[in-house]
Order: sequence, then C-alpha cells, then structure tokens
Amino acid sequence: MRAYQQQAEIVRSEKLSDDIYRFTVNMADIAAGSKPGQFVMVRVAEGLDPLLRRPFSIHQVAKGGLVQILFKVVGRGTRALAGMQPGQQLDMLGPLGRGFAHDRPGQHYLVGGGIGIAPLLFLAKRMLKTVEPSAIRVLLGAATGTELDVLGEDFASLGIDVQLATEDGSLGEEGLVTELMASLPPGEGTVYACGPYPMLRVVAGISRKKGWECQVSLETMMACGLAACLGCAVLRRDMNGYVHACKDGPVFNADEVAWL
Amino acid sequence: MAIEQPDMRVSIGPLHLQNPVMTASGTFGYGEEYGSLVNLHRLGAIIVKGISLRPRQGNPPPRIAETAAGMLNAIGLENVGLERFLAEKIPFLEGIETPLIVNILGDSVDDYQELAARLDGEEKVAALEVNISCPNVRHGGVAFGTDPEMAHAVTKAVRDHFSRPVIVKLSPNVTDITVIARAVEEAGADALSLINTVLGMAIDIEAEKPKLANVFGGLSGPAIKPIGLRMVWQAAESVSLPIIGIGGITTPEDAIEYLLAGACAIQVGTANFINPGATEEIIRGIGKHLTARGIDSVQELTGRARRR
Repeated sequence: MRAYQQQAEIVRSEKLSDDIYRFTVNMADIAAGSKPGQFVMVRVAEGLDPLLRRPFSIHQVAKGGLVQILFKVVGRGTRALAGMQPGQQLDMLGPLGRGFAHDRPGQHYLVGGGIGIAPLLFLAKRMLKTVEPSAIRVLLGAATGTELDVLGEDFASLGIDVQLATEDGSLGEEGLVTELMASLPPGEGTVYACGPYPMLRVVAGISRKKGWECQVSLETMMACGLAACLGCAVLRRDMNGYVHACKDGPVFNADEVAWL
Repeated sequence: MAIEQPDMRVSIGPLHLQNPVMTASGTFGYGEEYGSLVNLHRLGAIIVKGISLRPRQGNPPPRIAETAAGMLNAIGLENVGLERFLAEKIPFLEGIETPLIVNILGDSVDDYQELAARLDGEEKVAALEVNISCPNVRHGGVAFGTDPEMAHAVTKAVRDHFSRPVIVKLSPNVTDITVIARAVEEAGADALSLINTVLGMAIDIEAEKPKLANVFGGLSGPAIKPIGLRMVWQAAESVSLPIIGIGGITTPEDAIEYLLAGACAIQVGTANFINPGATEEIIRGIGKHLTARGIDSVQELTGRARRR
C-alpha cells in the first residue's frame, strides 16, 4: 500500500454542531487510493506545538480528488484544526491502515457512536456499488440530537434504513445505540462498528451472541501512523503480545483483540 | 561559472557516509515503513528499530503522550527479535544502497556479545549502534548506560565480536555524561551517539493517574534540543571520538547547531513522525547553508562554535 504526504487545500468547512466540524480537502492521490475504514494523519498546526499529527478516519471521498474528515473538538489539536479556514493548506498523510472488509453476504449493520460515525458514510457509499440499500441498516447513537441530525440525513438520502438513538432522547430513541442493536432480528449478518471503546465492547458481545461477524474500528493514541513509533498497541485476544492500530487496524475483527 | 556543490560527505571513524543525516533508532521502523514517503537512497544512513536476541512484546498501552513541543514514549523496546530481523527485514534493506546501522539492545553483556557476533556475519550491516540507554525497560538498558563500568563492559564485548564500526548511544539521564563517554571511548568504541530520550512523565488530571501505563517514559522532540546540544558540547570536550548528535532535530538549522557544537553527523528522530520528509529537507537545508556561506565541506562545520 502506498502512502502520500500532501499539502491539501481546505475547500470547505462545515460546522455541524457546537463542536463537530466537517472539512472537505483537495488531495487527489490520497482520495484515489482510499478504502472505507482507512485514515489520514493530519498536521493540525504549522509550529511545533501541538507537535503530533492527529489521526482521522476518512469520512467521504468525492469525485475530483476531494476527501472529507469529520471531527469533534476534544482537545488542543482538534481546537487548532477547527480554527483553520477554507483556502488554507493542511499537511495530510495517507491513506493509512487496514479498512473494512465489506464483501460479506447477508445483512450489513453499520453501527456508529458519536464521532465514530465518521468512516461509516464512506463505507455505506462504497457498499451501495455492490449491494441493494435494503441490505444495509445504519444505527447511529450520540449524546444529543444536534450531533446526529445532519449525519442521519446523509445516510437516509442514500435510501438506507437509519435508526437513531440519543442519550437525552432529543432525536430518535432515547438510549444507547447498543440498545437498538440488541433488538435487531437474527439472521446472517456482519457488523461494522466505530465509536467509543465501551460501546464497541458491547457491540462485540451482542454480535457474538447473534452469530454475526463483527469488525470494529479502534481509536488509539498514535504518533506516526506508519508502524514506526509502535505507540498504538492493542492487546491481542490471546493476551500474548500486541497488534498495532495503524497497520493491523484501525479496523479489526472483534475476535482479534482482547476486550478489557 | 559552474556553481560548486558543497561536499556533504562525512566520515565517522572508519564509516563513510554520503551526508551526515541519519534516522534515529525507533523512529523509522525497519526502513520499509517510510519507503513510499522518503527516498531512502538519499539518506546518510538508516538506523533501524533496536533489535534484541529474542522478540519483545513491549509495554502495555498507553505507550505515548504528547507534551509541550515534545512527546513521551514508553514503547518498551518492542521488536521482532534477531531471527525475524535477519529473515524478514534485512532483505528489503539490502536493496537500499544507504548504509544500514543496526541498533542492538540486551539484558546482559552476553546478549550484546551474541548480537554483535551474529550481526558481524551480515555484510549489509555497516555498523552497530549499541543501545545502553533506553529508559523504558527494567532490566539492563539504562543500568548499562548510567554505570561507567557496565558501559565499558558492554562496549568491550561488542567491540571484541564485531569487526566494523561500533557506535555507543548514550543516555542523558546521568549527572555527568563525560564520565560515561570516557569509559566507552576507553573500551574501544568508534563513535558516540547522543542523546537518547530524557526520562519524564505526564499526569491526566481528570483520571488523576499517569498518562503512560509505564508511569515514566522518554521525552523526545523539539523540547529536548537544548539538552542534547549541551551534552554533545560536553562530550566533544571530553573525548576525541566522533560524535553523532541526536535530540529534537526538526529543521536544517537544528542539525547545523549540533554540528557546530561538535557533532560530525546527526540523527533525526521524532521529526520523522510529524514530517516524514524531514530527513531529506534537512539534507537539502544543510547544503544550502554551506553554499550560502561559501563553505566547501560539511565537515568544516563540526565544532566551529567551539573555536569562537
């Protein structure tokens, strides 16, 4: 797999809620080689502080070499990034990592929590090239409705069945996305999930019970994204050694990793 | 009139490089990881992730934390071990003309000796860098780097079993770096490289616990450059061995500072993470600096600030 380091112009910045942003950037080489579930490493400041790049999963790829990232302001890096404007250049590195394997038979369940929804739109669009919309179901959860409304519509506009859950009940069902998942009917299926670790642990457990293959996209601290720093260690299922989110993931089969 | 390109070649004792810019161990994988982002043939040397006799799993996560203009790591020397290194990693590196320097680490003098003997048989290995200074493992590692007698013993064991250049990488986590530097020189090292990471820590104030599972980690990045520079200066004063400067080098200017302090070559570390193109940019930048100042050879920079 070939990675590129590119200066990419921000062509559009959307503020989807108080602290969620969507950037559209122009980076043809990265766009052309990307697969759903892969990520980019973004330099969020020109100076030396914050120092490290930040990993973002690829949210969407569009014609003309455009790539979107979706992010929530959670710290210094994302705050710096949110302040950047269209016309400015971003130093991007990618596409990196192993994405989703979506050539599976049966029903496809895309399960996203919070900002973990990001890679699922790209996945849904890529899936629709080979499967009918009726074979895909999307379950999204967030703390409150403003984090979900725009994204929910993006999926719905593809003709896919979308179910929403919010912790405060302001949109969709009141509760967690895992509760929506637990009420799904049995049958042949594959789960593609991204979100906070506690959510993914529950998703993995439900999938096992229902006999579904489960692929999870894990978020870890990482410095390089290139398997050089080895900072993004994830404990193996057999508790004997580590896999690395940047190279072996970020998408793992839920059976590959230990759920602590 | 033809513009003369400055001579970028350097010699580190018996080791001859096309330019003074190398990759620091642990920040460049086994070379292949950067193959699509860096022209590996342009580098002065490639120093690979530290190798031990047997594979090491490394420390539990979290292993890294960002700090002001720097980062902490406690990877715990995770590596594939000597056998897999020879079988899986060397073949790629054999296709790269750039000299390969293998960083080695062990729990005992015997470990270092065996690694040296085994790698002596590998023609592609141009030199060894002996890691006596990693702060993140409990046995060996830093114990060798902070005790002059142990540093001497490890260096001598490697020296006696490896026929090509031996570089010893020093820890900054000592009161007086010149004591260790002299012990290593006396044991027969061909060159010194310094500094390794500076022991530090960070605390998560929400969770009220250390950010690293290992509690302590090695600080690297721009934040440590003044420390590295000072120690290179001190080491250059106390030994006559060639010195390879390491610590926070991110720009050509940083590299030039180290050369002026007394280093004859430098290693780029954490900067590889934030800018994979850093090594090539630094090579070009040093060349431009020499041209702009009318200096014929990069070797003339070494120690120049000491003579003022």
